[in-house]
Amino acid sequence: MSILEVKNLNLRINGKKILSNLNLEINKGQVHAIVGPNGAGKSTFASAVMGLTEYRDISGKILFKGEEIQNMTIDARAQRGMSFAWQEPARYEGLKVRDFLLAGSRQKDEDYIADKLEKMGLDSQAYLQRAVDETLSGGERKKVELASIMAMDPEMIMLDEPDSGIDVGTLEKIFEIIKDLKQKGTTVVLITHSIAVLKQAEHAFLMCHGEIIDRGSAEKIIPYFEEKCIPCPHKNLPEEGDISHE
Amino acid sequence: MSKPESIAKTLSNVSDIDILNNPDIAHIFINQNKVIKTNSIPGLKIETAEVEDRIEVKVIIEAGVKIEHPVHMCFGMMSREGVQKIVMDIQAKQDSKVDVLAHCAFPNAENIKHIMEAEICLEKNASYSYFERHIHGDSGGVEVIPKANIQLQEKARFYTEFELLQGRAGTIDINYETDCAKDSVLEMVTRINAIKDDVVKIKEVGNLHGDHARGFLNSRVAARDNSKAEVYNKLTASGSYARGHVDCKEIIKDEALVSAIPIVEVSNPKAHITHEASLGSVDSKQLQTLMSRGLDEEKATDLIIQGLLS
Repeated sequence: MSILEVKNLNLRINGKKILSNLNLEINKGQVHAIVGPNGAGKSTFASAVMGLTEYRDISGKILFKGEEIQNMTIDARAQRGMSFAWQEPARYEGLKVRDFLLAGSRQKDEDYIADKLEKMGLDSQAYLQRAVDETLSGGERKKVELASIMAMDPEMIMLDEPDSGIDVGTLEKIFEIIKDLKQKGTTVVLITHSIAVLKQAEHAFLMCHGEIIDRGSAEKIIPYFEEKCIPCPHKNLPEEGDISHE
Repeated sequence: MSKPESIAKTLSNVSDIDILNNPDIAHIFINQNKVIKTNSIPGLKIETAEVEDRIEVKVIIEAGVKIEHPVHMCFGMMSREGVQKIVMDIQAKQDSKVDVLAHCAFPNAENIKHIMEAEICLEKNASYSYFERHIHGDSGGVEVIPKANIQLQEKARFYTEFELLQGRAGTIDINYETDCAKDSVLEMVTRINAIKDDVVKIKEVGNLHGDHARGFLNSRVAARDNSKAEVYNKLTASGSYARGHVDCKEIIKDEALVSAIPIVEVSNPKAHITHEASLGSVDSKQLQTLMSRGLDEEKATDLIIQGLLS
């Protein structure tokens, strides 16, 4: 049963075509990966699904739990049960971790959000009163971002490059969290060009030049991605009418 | 309860401590141009005089004295209109240290002017921190005009923070200037929330005359509705190895108007000053992150501003 359906999605930025005729379904409660080289359009796709401001020039349909959401605001989509974790999360001058987590939390309760921080391996006593600013390292900020999403407890989470800017220990922690989320029935969409992250997924979509060029089990996609896509020199987005992998 | 007692109680309530009845905490309570209560403590003397249209206050911290508890200064007016003028003379003698918590409350203001003129002198190695919190009403009928000249002698440390987050700012016209001698440290922080037709003017000047003097001017303003905010920060450095930074951030919403004039002036090749100013709406990524957690745009914006001004 699908939780997200994307039908004939096209997206332009500054008049340039970035996503071309995308069709895919994300199954409820499973871990999916959108994989592809840099510039393939993976993050753009997730941003369009979330409805981020710079990614609104689209045609086609995005259905979440059967409801068309492509014309909805970001918060309306979030309220319906989806969220998005940025590759490089935003930093906020003066805003405390406590207030950041409580803002979107399903339960407005300090013990509840403290538990989410602890699950990410952060000492809640030490972190709740810290600011979500430059004083947090990249890894700490990423953990706070994931704690915030866990506190929100959405039905579908899109994680953009969850392995970027973090150490091996933190990545292992994130992989544990992904397993926990799957166990409790949360749908996870991993945006990645990392084999290690791709291996956490059950299903994968291979993207290149704004198109889905293959789909299937992660086991099926991994060898092709590793052997064909990673060595491929296609790095830049195509001009209109040039959407083709081969 | 009489009016002076009422304001003393109101002003006292802004703190968790029972200041009025604590002989160990130095304090001064002023309602309009009437001194309600003062308390000097060993090593810190407060003298006041009610003179014509103003109150003169002299605070002396004796040499070598470190004041344990923060000094409380509460200035306010419970009435709807009137003028309060306070002339302060603060002298922190050599090697002394004191922290001051000042509360300025004008909860019923409709046509009130609060004028503060301060001369502050920190002698060698003295340390003085001054946190000033304003609590205003919702009418905006208050004009706040604080002016201070500050002299920092060798190795003196001065920190001042002006906060106006509760109620309407009304009209604010801050004008502080500090001269910094060798090895002294200056930090000025201003945080103001302006709404409706509030007008905020901030002028802060720091002159790093002495070698190794350091200065930081930090302004944070949120301007909404039809409010206006103008921030003028000037930091000059003539001492060798003087270091300074000017940082101004103003967030604008609705029909508000903000401006920033950062001036940095260096007349010694061994000195170094930097500045940054950011004016505009809330950051798009910050906003969209909070919206992706389910907050609508208004609530997300409020939270970002709350953080900035906290």
